[in-house]
Amino acid sequence: MTTNGSQQNGPVGDVPEDANEHCPGTQSERAGKAEACAGCPNQQICATAPKGPDPDLVDIAERMQTVKHKILVLSGKGGVGKSTFASQLAFALAGKDKQVGLLDIDICGPSIPKMLGLEGQEIHQSNLGWSPVYVEDNLGVMSIGFMLPDPDEAVIWRGPRKNGLIKQFLKDVYWGELDYLIVDAPPGTSDEHISIAQYLKATSVDGAIVVTTPQDVSIIDVRKEINFCQKVGIPVLGVVENMSGLLQPLSSLKFKSITINGDEEDVTAAVLQEIQRSSNLLQSVYTYSEVFYASSGGAEKMAKDMKVPFLGRVPLDPGLSRAAEEGRSCFSDGSCKLSASYLNSIIGKIQCTVEASADSSSKV
Amino acid sequence: MQTVKHKILVLSGKGGVGKSTFASQLAFALAGKDKQVGLLDIDICGPSIPKMLGLEGQEIHQSNLGWSPVYVEDNLGVMSIGFMLPDPDEAVIWRGPRKNGLIKQFLKDVYWGELDYLIVDAPPGTSDEHISIAQYLKATSVDGAIVVTTPQDVSIIDVRKEINFCQKVGIPVLGVVENMSGLLQPLSSLKFKSITINGDEEDVTAAVLQEIQRSSNLLQSVYTYSEVFYASSGGAEKMAKDMKVPFLGRVPLDPGLSRAAEEGRSCFSDGSCKLSASYLNSIIGKIQCTVEASADSSSKV
Repeated sequence: MTTNGSQQNGPVGDVPEDANEHCPGTQSERAGKAEACAGCPNQQICATAPKGPDPDLVDIAERMQTVKHKILVLSGKGGVGKSTFASQLAFALAGKDKQVGLLDIDICGPSIPKMLGLEGQEIHQSNLGWSPVYVEDNLGVMSIGFMLPDPDEAVIWRGPRKNGLIKQFLKDVYWGELDYLIVDAPPGTSDEHISIAQYLKATSVDGAIVVTTPQDVSIIDVRKEINFCQKVGIPVLGVVENMSGLLQPLSSLKFKSITINGDEEDVTAAVLQEIQRSSNLLQSVYTYSEVFYASSGGAEKMAKDMKVPFLGRVPLDPGLSRAAEEGRSCFSDGSCKLSASYLNSIIGKIQCTVEASADSSSKV
Repeated sequence: MQTVKHKILVLSGKGGVGKSTFASQLAFALAGKDKQVGLLDIDICGPSIPKMLGLEGQEIHQSNLGWSPVYVEDNLGVMSIGFMLPDPDEAVIWRGPRKNGLIKQFLKDVYWGELDYLIVDAPPGTSDEHISIAQYLKATSVDGAIVVTTPQDVSIIDVRKEINFCQKVGIPVLGVVENMSGLLQPLSSLKFKSITINGDEEDVTAAVLQEIQRSSNLLQSVYTYSEVFYASSGGAEKMAKDMKVPFLGRVPLDPGLSRAAEEGRSCFSDGSCKLSASYLNSIIGKIQCTVEASADSSSKV
């Protein structure tokens, strides 16, 4: 038993759950009128609903004219650090005096407001449209997170409603002149992803950064995400391997003894004293632990297999986790000692690729 | 669902917190206690369950009774779209209605047989898959949901929404599990690096281990502890208390557990998850207690 994940040769547009067999698709010219439609509960809607190009796409293209570069941050897998990476990318580019917009299209679990230190902020409207919420003059953010009166209240929306909001984020938000619009997506290859690809089709998307962690269970899903990009025509700017090992100064750790009964006892003070009395080596050394086992060679090998660029690794860094919790930039205060240089290197490569392509196409 | 005694959903508002890892080890544990267990993976875009049960490459067969789950053991059967993909790299690019259709088939067309436990592993979020599974199982009785999180606020925020979702659709919350809750490792099991002024790394593991061997028993037997994921608002225990749902316990970050998940093994059978197995056992014991006690008391009514 197999299933075909491709929609390329199938119906045109969605096939509703209660549709007849051989449904031509809701966007087909024959929708509601084909032989297969007889008796279908959606027949009348399909026959009378407008089809053809979506006029909203024209509005979106107009809004996007003032945006130089559009980058999607994707992953097939949840919890790999997409939003953390997207946030730090936004901070870094804004820190280099670029005009940056950060758009959060995760409707069920919007992390971006917290990671930019903007919890509790609201969206205001002007005659130009919805106004992004600004961290700095040159860093504006949009997310459903700003629209929830009660942050504990679940957003229990099916696909079409999520798509509608994503469309509004592109159509109704006044982003102004932007050097970079970064779009942070939820994990997966479903409604949000199909929609953002469709809505931005008429504009030019520079590409997608795909984030993963080293384990196979992540890599498997991320291969699917790269396949999705190839199917919908989004260039893959490269792959980032996050949470790639844990490097920590030995003297920064806590220490515990575990008794035969399994009870834990904190012995940090005693151990640190011993370290102080011992050699320079122990006092200055870093511990390294893989933590997430890369059973098939991790992201670098996967990127090579799939013929996409490998942008680099970012180690697990408790300082980065803390910066994300506290809505701070990793680069401004030296708190992410272990990860900042790796992030910088990756972001430099992205900027190079994106701005070089722009330069070469403007010279044509 | 009449032949299924207990139905448990494994949910999270947040991705990557260890739902599938937990659901898999829960299935292994219950099967290890001789229960008849079914594990249903309703993550259509990123199905992790086949790998975590060591069943990659397996296919689904049909019988006259319906679709047959793929069996790890006689008493542990698994169903996932992962078994239906001819090419594992091929993305499943489906909108909501098509995903819902397959989830319905998983419940309607699969011959699960007599089960003590059906565990349903869901993707993160509160959208189509979650609305659908709640609707489809409404007429049957769902024992409840286990909600998995990690300690950080960015996870806790999303998980509060998930608990709210459960309350809205009438799914009891059996409890919250805090996964990746600190990293405890034997000092002597680590690698060691020196970092030069230029930022270059040099492996000095051998030299450091020699020094540790020459030093006291304390250094030789001690464990290092690192929080890793900072719990800025008190983590899952506090959140569970605020939201008046049970807190089932913590599971530490355990490289052995990550490896078991990669290799599709049970955590309990071979002692490879030294750091996490006892925590998992404790949590699973509480779940079993709650679920089977409720069943006992309702059958006495």
